[in-house]
Amino acid sequence: MQPMIVLEDVDKWYGKNFQVLKSCSLTVSPGEVVVICGPSGSGKSTLIKCVNGLEPVQGGRISVKDMEVTGPRTNLPKLRSHVGMVFQHFDLFPHMTVTENICIGQTRVLGRTQAEAEAKTAALLERVGMSDHARKYPIQLSGGQQQRIAIARALAMDPIAMLFDEPTSALDPEMITEVLDVMVELAKEGMTMMVVTHEMGFARKVADRVVFMDGGEVVEDTPKDEFFASPKSQRAVEFLSKILDH
Amino acid sequence: MKGWNWDGFFEYLTNTYILEGAAVTLGLTIASMTLGVVAGCVVALMRMSPFRVLSNIAYFYTWLIRGTPLLVQLIIIYTGLPQIGIKFSVLEATLIGLVMNEAAYLSEIIRSGISSVPKGQSNAARAVGMTDVQMMRYVIAPQAARIIIPPLGNSVNGCLKTTSIASIISMEELLRRTQVLIQEKFMVLELFVVAALYYLLMTTAWDLIQRRIERHFGRGYDIKADAAEQR
Ligand SMILES: Nc1ncnc2c1ncn2[C@@H]1O[C@H](COP(=O)(O)OP(=O)(O)O)[C@@H](O)[C@H]1O
Ligand SMILES: [Mg+2]
Repeated sequence: MQPMIVLEDVDKWYGKNFQVLKSCSLTVSPGEVVVICGPSGSGKSTLIKCVNGLEPVQGGRISVKDMEVTGPRTNLPKLRSHVGMVFQHFDLFPHMTVTENICIGQTRVLGRTQAEAEAKTAALLERVGMSDHARKYPIQLSGGQQQRIAIARALAMDPIAMLFDEPTSALDPEMITEVLDVMVELAKEGMTMMVVTHEMGFARKVADRVVFMDGGEVVEDTPKDEFFASPKSQRAVEFLSKILDH
Repeated sequence: MKGWNWDGFFEYLTNTYILEGAAVTLGLTIASMTLGVVAGCVVALMRMSPFRVLSNIAYFYTWLIRGTPLLVQLIIIYTGLPQIGIKFSVLEATLIGLVMNEAAYLSEIIRSGISSVPKGQSNAARAVGMTDVQMMRYVIAPQAARIIIPPLGNSVNGCLKTTSIASIISMEELLRRTQVLIQEKFMVLELFVVAALYYLLMTTAWDLIQRRIERHFGRGYDIKADAAEQR
């Protein structure tokens, strides 16, 4: 089967002296859920932003389905319209209502009519349990609600894969579940997902593989059960004991 | 002592010659603010561009314009430049001077408005597949506008009054026409008060307009106002 996301020996520098990604390789098959974890500053956010070209890379190659991300003539807006992304701080558009947030990409990027977009939006709001909030502004919503809207905004584009960068780490504990529930649902429906998270409960439940990063390197890339049962590297062991303890 | 002449005052309050002057002041303001905003955007984008040359040119421009009085600039443009063969009409010279000034001041306002929009917003806009132009138009500009509009409104108020400086190069706006009448009729106080009232009328009208605009761009930031709108 043709892989969905491929990263091959990706190198990236910030400035001249700091190499943030060191020869990172990773493959995600269609329908696979890959969880990426690792200490803060290890390059997880940078890595996931490279997948849809939000960050340029200096070496290696990245592709999504049959689209080259790293090619010089890549149509990045087009590529991104097929890849959903959800951020740690939600980053909803504050000047737009919930409905407008979910419609804007559909109408302006995909060229759907307002009516089509609104119908799709209503269905998505239903799905993430936010139908009552369609006309509100982001500031009127809790963090968990905002993140569910952000997921709906990404899903509205009918993405072939979804990228999540610590989607629950800015949330109060009581709101984490409502967001994870939506993500679990999505995973079970067969969405291809790359998820940076420290929610090991989520990883246990739906991940196929766990990737452990440290110091800009992919240190481990193992099937979930293997990773939790017996991590190969000492660094992963230490990391796991830290986050599972508290 | 001559005393205050009420009849003269009321006569000039509705004098068409003065009224036309006020209309010119209004026209000059609208023209220089509109062109000034466009030029100001260009200067702001140049200033923020990663290309050092563009950014330096923009910096030099604002430094030069903001560091010299408009009065001096107008005199140079209208009276000085013909000496080296560059001639402008009074209206052209006035507009060039006013637009160059507004562009310099507004570019700083626009720049700070744009940089006030969090980085996450551009990533979010790009992530749904927007091009840079779409991102500017639908995401960055509307949010920057909320920050830009209060100082921009003050600039409109300022511009309404600053146009009077062009009277020095005989631009026939409100102040110049008032002075012309004074030289004929010698009702100094009455005529200046009439002029002041016209300026006041225009700045006050603008104040009201500005408040409406601010409310529009404030949506999504004021929980109470948003809730009221949704009821
Ligand atoms: N725009 C940037 N410029 C310079 N350094 C950066 C930038 N973004 C991130 N970094 C650095 O790169 C490293 C990896 O960052 P990041 O990918 O955010 O890590 P993680 O998401 O794993 O915490 C960190 O040391 C961070 O300080
Ligand atoms: Mg991060």
